[in-house]
Amino acid sequence: MLMTTEQLQKISTQVRRDIVRMVHAHQSGHPGGSLGCADFLTALYFNSMKHQPSPFSMDGKGEDLFFLSNGHISPVWYSVLARSGYFPVSELATFRAINSRLQGHPTTHEGLPGVRMSSGSLGQGLSVAIGAALSKKLNNDASLVYSLHGDGELQEGQNWEAIMYAAAKKVDNLIATVDYNNQQIDGTVQDVLSLGNLQAKWEAFGWDVLKMNGNDTEEIVQTLKKAKEHTGKGKPVVILMTTVMGYGVDFMMNSHKWHGVAPNDEQLQKALAQLPETLGDY
Amino acid sequence: MKKYTYTEKKDTRSGFGAGLLELGKSNPDVVALCADLTGSLKMDAFQKAFPERFFQCGIAEANMMGIAAGMTIGGKIPFTGTFANFSTGRVYDQIRQSIAYSGKNVKICASHAGLTLGEDGATHQILEDIGLMKMLPGMVVINPCDYNQTKAATIAIAKHQGPVYLRFGRPSWPVFIPENLPFEIGKALILNEGSDVSIFATGHLVWKAIQAGEQLAEMGISAEIINIHTIKPLDEKAVIQSVSKTGCVVTAEEHQLNGGMGDSICQLLSRHLPTPVEMVGVNDSFGESGTPEALLVKYGLDSKNIVEAVNRVMQRKKALV
Repeated sequence: MLMTTEQLQKISTQVRRDIVRMVHAHQSGHPGGSLGCADFLTALYFNSMKHQPSPFSMDGKGEDLFFLSNGHISPVWYSVLARSGYFPVSELATFRAINSRLQGHPTTHEGLPGVRMSSGSLGQGLSVAIGAALSKKLNNDASLVYSLHGDGELQEGQNWEAIMYAAAKKVDNLIATVDYNNQQIDGTVQDVLSLGNLQAKWEAFGWDVLKMNGNDTEEIVQTLKKAKEHTGKGKPVVILMTTVMGYGVDFMMNSHKWHGVAPNDEQLQKALAQLPETLGDY
Repeated sequence: MKKYTYTEKKDTRSGFGAGLLELGKSNPDVVALCADLTGSLKMDAFQKAFPERFFQCGIAEANMMGIAAGMTIGGKIPFTGTFANFSTGRVYDQIRQSIAYSGKNVKICASHAGLTLGEDGATHQILEDIGLMKMLPGMVVINPCDYNQTKAATIAIAKHQGPVYLRFGRPSWPVFIPENLPFEIGKALILNEGSDVSIFATGHLVWKAIQAGEQLAEMGISAEIINIHTIKPLDEKAVIQSVSKTGCVVTAEEHQLNGGMGDSICQLLSRHLPTPVEMVGVNDSFGESGTPEALLVKYGLDSKNIVEAVNRVMQRKKALV
């Protein structure tokens, strides 16, 4: 049963509350990119993907798979996974604490359901997603593989090896998404190392390129639907997703300053005041 | 003393190719990935027999390692093939995060390891790969000594669940391990029993150790020769058992002394059974162009060097009494 835009927005608002509370609790983590991608991951997990939270299967045969390449936005992924039923929502309280399955960056090492690959060191996720997509083809498994990448992350060369491979070898059961917020640690992507004409680059490598506003739930749902229709046609699909870093918390928006900084007590209250509790806090 | 002879010389990489082909026939989940070195790695027979399970990645090793990691999701058993240098140092972070830390069932198969790569020179002669790989938690590290052992090891690692680094080489080398000898991961192979000194050798230098053993026998020295084909996990029991008997040790490998097989033996002995050890290996230097044999002589990795090391270590043992 597909969810309405309003239902999805309710979830993503709660996900945003989870993000700022998780990062605040142990004064560590990456709120900016997490907030920016809350709408996308909510729509993906609650509307677009065919997946089974429990019991979790590492092999995920017959399921759509998701890989997070920019692992530092783990708070948004952990919240969406918990809210989807992969593990208890209460476990979000352990994020970045000792003995937690919710490591700073996502890992399979502690056995957290929903995570199929460790990420954090940037630029590796697209290759892994391609491998999983090839495995699906060998298994005659018609389900899809999704991945998410940062824009700054595309400065890592391995991405371009993977982008070249996927097009050359017609890996057409893959939908990659780039979080195009134009922010990275040292400043704007434009200033640090410009990606130039990103759409033209992906197209020149042979990908089917779609674009969307990643903070507009209705547009995300429609674009993901369209992306799915574009699979199986001999080309990998990428969605260039414009987002606002820090979206939903006014003082965190549009600045790279909240890439990896936790809010203090006062800032937390200010943020939560903008994000009504919709599903119940953990 | 058991006498070892050989009727033919074959490259260990061909043992890998033959093992991979057999696996292709017996295990439908085995897939192979290569980075533009199919002929050098002897993966062409697999490619021809199972084209749908062979993935040509081009000259892009980092992507190959990531794809291999991803293919395990869905139950495939990927074997990656490229030169040892490009299988380890070039892609260390990909192996570390996407394979080792992620606990993925990838078999990293590496040819042209060590000096015996020969004329291509130091850019390609990696002498640090055992160290790099053995430091990764959960990584199994195997360096077989001849064609037959490499073939058997290739087949054996498909049954092991978890990441493996399999190291082999380029030159034609004596084939002296019986064809039908099963390969047991982590179980040292005693080639000759002896009482005066334990020689632990791995890879191509196992043959050099056998030759050294014959020279030592003529000198009246009884050498126990043990093939440490699995560097990690190390067969600690076999090492301790041998050294308890002989009281002194020589290690021999085509690798840096830092971080190699001898380094593992020394760590074990210093913790459990402090013993005089002499090490044959490359001493903190890069290699250079030359024939395999000329390189082994120049860098002190010949049977003569093993004999000299035995003489030194036995003097040290005597001095202790």
